Amino acid sequence: MSRASTRFDSKKVNSELVTLTYGALVAQMVKDAENTDDVGKQLERLGYNMGVRLIEDFLAKTGTGKCMDLKDTADKIQSAFKMYLGLQPNVSNWSPAGDEFSFLLDCNPLTDLVELPEDLKNLKYCNVICGAIRGALEMVQLDVHSWIIQDQLKGDPCTEIRVKFIRRLEDALPAGED
Amino acid sequence: MTIHNIYIFNKNGNLLYYNEWNRIKQTGMTRDEEAKLMYGMLFSIKSFVNKISPTDPKDGFLYYKTSKYTLHYFETLTGLKFVLNTDNHAQSVRELLQQIYNQVYVEYVVKNPLIDLAQPIESEIFKEKLDTLIKLSPIYFSKSI
Repeated sequence: MSRASTRFDSKKVNSELVTLTYGALVAQMVKDAENTDDVGKQLERLGYNMGVRLIEDFLAKTGTGKCMDLKDTADKIQSAFKMYLGLQPNVSNWSPAGDEFSFLLDCNPLTDLVELPEDLKNLKYCNVICGAIRGALEMVQLDVHSWIIQDQLKGDPCTEIRVKFIRRLEDALPAGED
Repeated sequence: MTIHNIYIFNKNGNLLYYNEWNRIKQTGMTRDEEAKLMYGMLFSIKSFVNKISPTDPKDGFLYYKTSKYTLHYFETLTGLKFVLNTDNHAQSVRELLQQIYNQVYVEYVVKNPLIDLAQPIESEIFKEKLDTLIKLSPIYFSKSI
């Protein structure tokens, strides 16, 4: 295909460019929004819209099958991290019920050159990842909640993204005759 | 061998795309009605196959065949449904459907931010690429009708 030849090899894109582009985006949003909570929400929504499309690319490239259980889901998201951000987060901190787990990122390409100023300490800088996870999983009939509980930008030793399974979504019925 | 027509439905059963190559007989309904009928049938077959299966159904419904044509069905995990009607001699149509998803739908619809994924596909480049892929496929062979 003509486009395939001009497309970037996913491994060859400089992560600094992504970091800086994302940084510029967040900076603009901080300028536009009333408060930092709104920015967090917007970032989450942005991530959601990305995840909804990203999942198709992921499925097409990996040809992965249905998830057997949430452990399987976690492994697959882990491989997606590898594919799209070039890092291998650890999956850990499973809840006793087995419906909650965390990704531990010891380095995060989105925050490589970032330092949060004092007045933005509440900003959920990496919320875009939470949104992407939620959007992608929603497309494969999994309703999850995802949020950040540890953040390197706030002095924690690593970034921890928590994912909680809520329910399995049902197949849509065909639209009735009206 | 020949390819008759293709339907692409989204997870909610809306017709995203339809095209035909060698379709000799029309239903006489509007495209809308036809798509609804088609989706309804697919939905029923799918749930029927999964319910009646004596073993754990892995892929579920794959195709059905009449004396004149074969309907091939491919559903992605995200609920997109690709339906391709061919004659009865077509080989490895599943691979072709997979290619349509990987190389055309994902590349030219999903990666085009201007396309609303819930709306029928209007993109010219998508149509063109799909047409090329179909016509290059060994399954496609325009018989003199």
